[in-house]
Amino acid sequence: MSQTSPQPYPAPRFLSAGDAALVVEFGDTVDPAVNHRVMRLGEAARAAGIAGLVDLVPTLRSLMVHYDPTATTRRAVEGSLRELITDAGGTRAAGRLWEFPTLYGEEVGPDLEDVAKRTGLTPERVVELHAGVEYEAFMMGFMPGLAYLGIIPPELELPRRSEPRVRVPMGSVAIATNLTNVYSLESPGGWHLLGRTPVALFDIRRDPPVLLTAGDRVRFVPVGRDAYDDLRLRVEAGDTGFAPVGTEAAR
Amino acid sequence: MTALRIVSAGFAPTLQDLGRPHVQHLGVPPAGALDPVALRLANALVGNPPDTAALELRVMGPTIEIEADAVRLALVGSGAPVEVMGDRKVEAPSHQSIRLTRGRRLRIGSLADTGVAYLAVEGGFAIEPVYGSLATYTRASIGGLDGRALRDGDRLPLGPPQAAERAELRCADLSWWRESGPVRVVLGPQDDYFAPASVAEFFAGEYRVTREADRMGMRLDGPVLAHAKGHDIVSDGIATGAIQVPGNGRPIVLLADHQTTGGYPKLGTVISADVPRLGRLRPGDALRFAEVTVEAAEAARQVLEERVARVIERFGPAEPWLDEDALYRRNLVSGIVGSGEG
Repeated sequence: MSQTSPQPYPAPRFLSAGDAALVVEFGDTVDPAVNHRVMRLGEAARAAGIAGLVDLVPTLRSLMVHYDPTATTRRAVEGSLRELITDAGGTRAAGRLWEFPTLYGEEVGPDLEDVAKRTGLTPERVVELHAGVEYEAFMMGFMPGLAYLGIIPPELELPRRSEPRVRVPMGSVAIATNLTNVYSLESPGGWHLLGRTPVALFDIRRDPPVLLTAGDRVRFVPVGRDAYDDLRLRVEAGDTGFAPVGTEAAR
Repeated sequence: MTALRIVSAGFAPTLQDLGRPHVQHLGVPPAGALDPVALRLANALVGNPPDTAALELRVMGPTIEIEADAVRLALVGSGAPVEVMGDRKVEAPSHQSIRLTRGRRLRIGSLADTGVAYLAVEGGFAIEPVYGSLATYTRASIGGLDGRALRDGDRLPLGPPQAAERAELRCADLSWWRESGPVRVVLGPQDDYFAPASVAEFFAGEYRVTREADRMGMRLDGPVLAHAKGHDIVSDGIATGAIQVPGNGRPIVLLADHQTTGGYPKLGTVISADVPRLGRLRPGDALRFAEVTVEAAEAARQVLEERVARVIERFGPAEPWLDEDALYRRNLVSGIVGSGEG
């Protein structure tokens, strides 16, 4: 991810993505202020019930608007969206708050020592910093149920691994650049693995299968091996009842 | 339970409908038919709503046994015949509905003329949808039968009993399937990441589908494109048909199983009217691209929709084929006639 211009654009850009989607781009950096403008437009567009909308996909810095070209046109969709864009700050809708019990280090966090070495911190301090912040889900993507969470404390910022792993286990808690995430499925991946949570961010046995949505907030709670194993066994046995701890309004 | 028993799966068939494009904000790819036009026509032949799930076949078709009193099926998207096996093997044509009774087996062989074809079944399948769709997305084990491609021995449970006797239908107009000409593309969202000379080369050159082609996307061989502003962007959304160009300059056209977001610049997006054509391409097939405006893309989609509606309106009577009962009756008749000779 490049971080080229330091400021959000003065006015959002409307970019073409064929005849069934368009992009409203608010900036090209990883910046919560930019993401909040994306999220506000997404919420306003959802609430406005624009005809022909198929989905609204917020990303770190842009909103992708998927629409049905047999039900509406680019012109109509763009017109409706332009009416909803305001520069007013406004407050965001309440996002759910989740606490993910996390086992740091050991065999489930194989990069903890390396991250400590590269950042000049102790492993304990890395955990303290990572678990000390309430994160926001800026976007979902890469795979079903995966949330891009941020911003991590600046002391922990590292580029992605030069050699991505072929297999990162499901539930791995990882960092790269100024973001953190939980791998919702086993997959290849280039982020630094600090630990693992037994919480299933994607579980096909659950209805709906995906746990998080953009705008949710997440805290990682360090737990010991026993608590980790207890929850892991419950999840493996089919317990899909994991619930958020709160829904108080963000900011 | 009434079912289709997969005697032999062939090349990894999956159940696909029109996908689940409304949950991309959760990171769930839309999935769904690579050639939605062929799927809609197959469903229309057997009397289904257009978004009913059907078997999406690639490379080599399956052998299937009917475990229901009667089933109505239609193969659309390939000229390959449906071999119906009883005491003798007979061939039923594709692009028409056929009605088969309990215990009959059908086999679809090599699909040498297309990337995908669809076998639709009247009434569809009695399987729980995921986010409202039966579309199979194997990478996350979503949809279809246990989220995976079909295997030998699988049983696909059928919807409520259907296939009352009626005149069978044929889709004689295959002009939609033989469509040629350049694949039309709207520039953006990141065309400004490419050198103008590279954009010109993209539209002037000829590309070929490589072997790295699956439901997620197809890597193309042809003019290598030069980035003007680097090949990394802060991740943004991906639309079906997006032409993504990673650092090596070789374009990848993203299809139904594409990730919902990505960090490579996208030069353009294949228009929705031409996305079904991409699904029909096979490794080695050549293609060219032509730039169009969004308005032209919308008009092209309108033309396609009118065409599909017209093709369905003009379904005619099915071509007769020697199904076993008919064959039996004919042999009986010719036997009687024969015994009167000499």
